[in-house]
Amino acid sequence: MAKPPRKTPAAKKSPAAKKSAPARKSSTPSKPVAKTTGGLKTPIYKATKAELMDFYEQMLLIRRFEEKAGQLYGLGLIGGFCHLYIGQEAVVTGLQSAIEPGKDSVITGYRDHGHMLACGIDPKIVMAELTGRASGISKGKGGSMHMFSVDHGFYGGHGIVGAQVSLGTGLAFAHKYKEDGGVCLAYFGDGASNQGQVYESFNMAELWQLPVVFVIENNQYAMGTSVNRSSAEDQLYRRGESFRIPGMQVDGMDVLAVRGAVEEALKDVRGGGGPVLMELKTYRYRGHSMSDPAKYRSREEVQNIREKSDPIERLKAMLMKQGVAEDELKILDKKVRKTVADAADFAEESPEPELAELYTDVLVEQY
Amino acid sequence: MTDKPAEIMFAQACNMAMAKAMADDPKVIIMGEDIADEQGGGVFKVTLGLSEKFGTDRVRSTPISEQAIVGAAVGSAMVGYKPVAEIMLMNFITVAMDQIVNHAAKLRFMSGGQTTVPLTIRTTTGAGTGLGGQHSDMLEAWLAHVPGLKVVAASNPADAYGLLYSSIMDPNPVIFIENTPGYFVKGPAPAPDHVVPLGKASVPREGTDVTLIGYGSSISRCHAAADKLAEDGISCEIVDLRTIAPYDEETVLKSVAKTKAAVVVHEAVRNFGVGAEISSRIHEELFSELKAPVGRVGSGYAPVPFSPAIEKAWMFSQEDIEREVHKILG
Repeated sequence: MAKPPRKTPAAKKSPAAKKSAPARKSSTPSKPVAKTTGGLKTPIYKATKAELMDFYEQMLLIRRFEEKAGQLYGLGLIGGFCHLYIGQEAVVTGLQSAIEPGKDSVITGYRDHGHMLACGIDPKIVMAELTGRASGISKGKGGSMHMFSVDHGFYGGHGIVGAQVSLGTGLAFAHKYKEDGGVCLAYFGDGASNQGQVYESFNMAELWQLPVVFVIENNQYAMGTSVNRSSAEDQLYRRGESFRIPGMQVDGMDVLAVRGAVEEALKDVRGGGGPVLMELKTYRYRGHSMSDPAKYRSREEVQNIREKSDPIERLKAMLMKQGVAEDELKILDKKVRKTVADAADFAEESPEPELAELYTDVLVEQY
Repeated sequence: MTDKPAEIMFAQACNMAMAKAMADDPKVIIMGEDIADEQGGGVFKVTLGLSEKFGTDRVRSTPISEQAIVGAAVGSAMVGYKPVAEIMLMNFITVAMDQIVNHAAKLRFMSGGQTTVPLTIRTTTGAGTGLGGQHSDMLEAWLAHVPGLKVVAASNPADAYGLLYSSIMDPNPVIFIENTPGYFVKGPAPAPDHVVPLGKASVPREGTDVTLIGYGSSISRCHAAADKLAEDGISCEIVDLRTIAPYDEETVLKSVAKTKAAVVVHEAVRNFGVGAEISSRIHEELFSELKAPVGRVGSGYAPVPFSPAIEKAWMFSQEDIEREVHKILG
């Protein structure tokens, strides 16, 4: 049977908790934040220059990819719902850079394009899925919200708010049962953090000491409702407290803060400590989906974040301060643009699925 | 248990099927509320002894959290395990419908065939013992309506053994529906290697005048009605679907092509039920050959009531089957 749950009450180790509890104001992610429960630390990662360049390229790829997806959507080449990740790039880049591909597993919700790119999945077949083509990663049968790459340990891409947390708990159960040393990163949003099944899974994960990092990407808005309008406890890193799951709140606009914090989280989880909850404070620049005019916030609010906290600009400034020439970054930008343009061409030129595909993969065999 | 009994109960058959599956394949794991021996081996004792034999790592009692149970089962199925999740009563499946309908049934399709979900959900239900509105519903039509799910219901212990084993070994998500009042019904014990393939109906009784089509708890009543109708000179053939989705259309149509009359029988409410689909298919394929329109027998279009008097009135009965046969044969 599972080990008994942690004995130490989480609250004991959280001097910041009392102060933060009654917070009702939505704090913008412009200032570095680092609050924890359960005694975890959130150090800033000390990256080499090569690592910084990698982070920069990764974030840029996600941004340019999403901009292109937005364009293709506008041109009618992408249908359905399409949720862009622009503004949140540091979260997935920092987190994914710390895990071990081939060993760990990843699952997320419908805002999933960035996660797939950060998992190293070919942008061409991701874009081709967005345009619903046969060469898409789900053969055009999944679409923007439902994409998978078992080869990359990426288990979706799920359209039901919060449901991926229960599935991720199952992936973590499999890691533990198999004793393969793997950890599941289960991503969800601030909106999903108000879904019931999330808490059933928190309880089960801590009870069974499962190797899972619950990752709340707090982009401040659950569709059109801000966190403090929708959440009785808007300090989401504390949402695991009654399950004795330690939490950490991290500046999700700073890739080094994200990387530093997740390393601590992974160390704890891999050490057999059971689940950890990370809240990454971030911001999405675009609407909830492409069809959202985002009237629930002011243009100034978005502009302010873009100017003061943009994760890519922040890293760019850091690189230049370290002596990287602007030309070098321009070359990188050009390379990324070409990758994205090639992906878009591929996605436009690939054929649509054969009609017979409609009845394959419903069952393993065919009806 | 001493020697292999000549007869076993339905609940025992399910237990034996799980034990065999676990012995045959280390990827089979079981999770559900109170299922381990320390918690009683299941509310209806169907998992009794399994945790003792296979350990509590493989036979896991869970919190009362249906969404987390099915979610964890689907998640581990995606990476190759063959979880058997017990949802104690079928009404509680409603709580986990998101995981069943949106995830278990669709992940293979939406991933373009990259994933499989070799999951079995065992659940039990059935009226007749005063469990009332929230513990008795037959919801198989909801599940059969979802592409990507298989739905199975056995009518006797040997079939339960063979079908549950096949369900666990099947690479698709399967809902295996047991019948609460039927747990203690005895039947011939199956051989240990007895397997019943999914998607294949049986014809436990041959006849010439009318085909009674049913599954699970309706089959015993079909047999009783057939005995009674034989006294009136009516020869009934019985088709036991065993798998509700995808059902064995070939066997159904072959039988009805012979008898040229059919009545579909189930415990679930008659309206919008499995019977409607099967009746419609028979009409589409055999309309000009039928002696009469296909009849349907099901329970009343009301929640299952508590009081025994009205519960009996709600529930389909042997007499309803006889009446329907007389009605369509004129």
